[in-house]
Amino acid sequence: MTKRSLIILGLLVVASMVLAACGGSSYECDDPIGCVTYGPGEPVRIASALVISGPNTDLGTDSQYGAEIAIAFRDNIMGHPIELQAEDDGCSAEGGQSAGQKITSDPTIIAIVGTSCSGAGVPMSEVMSEAGYSMVSPSNTAPSLTDPDQAWNPGYLRTAHNDKVQGKAMADFAYNVLGLTTAAAIHDGDPYTEGLARVFADSFEELGGTIVEFTAVNKGDTDMRPVLSAVAAAGPPEFLYYPVFTAEGGFLTKQAKEVTGLENTVLAAADGMISSAAIEAVGEAGEGMYFSGPDLSFSGDIYDKFLAKYIEDYGSEPISVFHAHAFDATNMIFDCIEEVAVQDGESIHIGRQALRTCLYSTSGKQGITGTLTCNEYGDCADPKISVSQLTNGEYVKVWP
Amino acid sequence: MLQRLKDTDFLGLVLWVFRAAMIIMIVWGTVATIIENPYPAHTWIDTIVAGIAQGSLYALIAIGYTLVYGVLFMINFAHGEFFMSGIMTATIFVAQPMGASGFLDRNPILGLAIITVVAMSVSVGIALLTERVAYRPLRKAPRLVPLITAIGASFFWQYFFRGLYGSEVKSFPQLESLTGKVSVVGIEILKTHIVVIVAAILMLIGLYMFVMKTKTGKSIRAVAENKDVAALMGIDVDKSVSITFAMGAAMAGIAGVLYAVVFRQVHFFMGFIPGIKAFTAAVLGGIGSIPGAAIGGLFLGMFESVGPGLFLEGLGVPAPHQLKDVIAFTMLVLVLIFRPQGILGERLAEEKA
Repeated sequence: MTKRSLIILGLLVVASMVLAACGGSSYECDDPIGCVTYGPGEPVRIASALVISGPNTDLGTDSQYGAEIAIAFRDNIMGHPIELQAEDDGCSAEGGQSAGQKITSDPTIIAIVGTSCSGAGVPMSEVMSEAGYSMVSPSNTAPSLTDPDQAWNPGYLRTAHNDKVQGKAMADFAYNVLGLTTAAAIHDGDPYTEGLARVFADSFEELGGTIVEFTAVNKGDTDMRPVLSAVAAAGPPEFLYYPVFTAEGGFLTKQAKEVTGLENTVLAAADGMISSAAIEAVGEAGEGMYFSGPDLSFSGDIYDKFLAKYIEDYGSEPISVFHAHAFDATNMIFDCIEEVAVQDGESIHIGRQALRTCLYSTSGKQGITGTLTCNEYGDCADPKISVSQLTNGEYVKVWP
Repeated sequence: MLQRLKDTDFLGLVLWVFRAAMIIMIVWGTVATIIENPYPAHTWIDTIVAGIAQGSLYALIAIGYTLVYGVLFMINFAHGEFFMSGIMTATIFVAQPMGASGFLDRNPILGLAIITVVAMSVSVGIALLTERVAYRPLRKAPRLVPLITAIGASFFWQYFFRGLYGSEVKSFPQLESLTGKVSVVGIEILKTHIVVIVAAILMLIGLYMFVMKTKTGKSIRAVAENKDVAALMGIDVDKSVSITFAMGAAMAGIAGVLYAVVFRQVHFFMGFIPGIKAFTAAVLGGIGSIPGAAIGGLFLGMFESVGPGLFLEGLGVPAPHQLKDVIAFTMLVLVLIFRPQGILGERLAEEKA
C-alpha cells in the first residue's frame, strides 16, 4: 500500500467516525453503565441461559417454555417485537462462563433470564454484572448467589426461592412430621447442592436432630456404594437427604437400597430431581422417596391461561418445576423495561443501570408464584416450599 | 556436563522428595485410619467388593485400548463410545421392552443373552465402521493424526447417539433374580457384583486364550510385532486389524451390559468417563499387555473404592469420597514414577515407544 492510499484510508476512517457520531438520534445516554437503543421496528432482545442439554434438559427447557409464553403474552414492548436468544448453561460452571461470554458479547441484548443451575449462575453472574447486564434467574436457589459476601453481583436477581427456606423446610418435615432424629446429607460440590445440604444439616441440628455424616460425591460418579457404605457405617441414619441432580441422584437412589444398614433409611432429594427424567432415573427404587421443592399448587386466571398455552404449544403438562418462576422473571424484566425505556420517535433507549434499579425496587408485584418483592440483593421470591412423595411413579404432595 | 549433572540432581531430588512425601502421606493416612477404625469390617468388605466389580468393568474396557495400541500404536479415544453405543441400543430396543413385558424376569438367562448379543453386535459394528472410515485411510499418517481423529470420532458418536435416542437418562430394568445378596464363604456379596466379576474373569481368560492359542490370534500378534514382515508372510494386515478392533469392541459391549446390570441407568455420555478411566487402567497395567489391562483395571477400581476411606479418612479430610479421582490418578503417577512401563508392561522396543 502506498503512502498516499494510507492517508486517504485514514481520512476515510476519521470521516466515517464523525459521521457516525453526529448522524442518528440526538438522544444522549446519561446512564452510568450505558444504554441499549432499539431503532424503529427493531426487536427488543433478551437472552436465556438455561440448561437445554444433558440429563437436566427438562429443568431448563421447562423454564424456557415459561419465558416463551411470557413473550407470547406480552407480544410487544412499546411497539417493538420481542426476541429471545436461547443459550445453554450446561448446568456447570464452564457452561455458565461460556454462555455469559457469548451473551455479553452481543450489545443488543438488554437482559437475561437464567441460569437454571446455581453452579452455572456463579460465574455467569460475575460475567454479566461486569458487562452491565441484568439477569433474573427462575431456578437458582443456592444461598450464596444473593449473599454479598459470597457470590452476589450487582444486576443479579431471582424469582426462585433461596435454599435457606427449602433446606429448613425439609429439616422441619423430617424432624417434626416424620419424627426422625438422625440424618445424613450428601452433595456433589455444586453450589446449589452443597448450599442446600448445608442448610438442611444446620436446621436439622438446630431442631435437635443429629447429623451423622455430611459428605459429598463427584458429578459424573456412578459407583456410589463406597460413599453410601461410609454413611451407613457412621450411623446408619434414619433419613438421607441428597439434593443433587438427576444422574447422580439416580445412582444414589438405586444403590442405597443395596447397602447394608441403609435398607430402612428414608430417602429424600430436592427440586433438581423433580422431572420426568428423574422418575425414569430412580426407577422402582425411588418409590416412596420424598422431594422438597417449590409449592406448585398455583391458582388464578393467569395461571389457567398459562397452563392452557403451555399444553397447546408444547403438547404436555409442565415437564419440570420452574416454568412459572421463569414466566414471572421474564415479566419482571418486561415491566421494568416499559418503566425505564425512553421513547425517542420510533426508537427506544433503555439505560442499563436504570433497568437494574427498577428491578431491585420491584415490590408487591403479582406473579403466578406469588407476590414478588425484591430485597437489595435480588431475592424476589414469595417462597412456598412443599414436600412431595413419589407414589406409583408420580409426585404426590404430602406436606404442608 | 557439570551443569547438566547439577540439573539432573536437582530434578532427581525433587522427584525423590515427591515420592517420599506421597508415601509418607499414604502410610500416615492408612495408619491413622486403622487406629481410628471408623468402619466396621463388613463396610470394608463391601467397599473392596465394589472396587473389584468396578475394576472388572475397567479391565474389560481397557482391553480395547491395549489391543489397539499393541497392534497400531494408536490410542483409540472413541473406545468409550463403542462401549456406550452397544448398551444404549440394547437397553432401548431390547431390555426395556423385555422388562416391561415381564419376559426378562421369566427368562433372565435368555433375556440377558439376547441383550448381550445385541449390545456386542452394535459395539462391534460401530467399531468396524469407525476403523474402516476414520482410521484405515490414516494408517500411514503421523501418529498424532489418528489420535485427533479418534477424539473427533468419539464426539461424533456421542452426539450421533444423543440425536438418535435423546439426551435423557434411560433406565435399565431391574432383574428380579439378580436382586439381593448371596453369602460366599461367609461374606455377603451383591448378586450383580458376582455376575460382573465372574463374567469379566471368564471373558479375559477367553480372550487371552484366543490371542495366544489360535491361528487368528497368532496373526494378530505377528501384525503387532511388525506389519511389513507380517504382510510378507502372507498375513492379511487389514483383516487382522479389523479383528483386533472387533475383539476390543466385543469386550466393550459386554462391559456395557455388565455396567447396565450393576448401575441400571444408561446415558449418551456414559462412555466418556469409563473410557478415560479404562485408558488409565491400561497405562497403569502396562499398555499393550492383556494381563496388564486386567491388573490395571483391578488396581484402579480398588484405589477409587478403598482409597478415599483408607488414605484420607484418617487424615481428617472432609467428604473424602469426592476426592477418589485424585487418589486414583495420584496412584497412577506414583506407579509410573517407579515403573514407567506400567505394572506388567515390558520395556517397549524403540519402534513402539
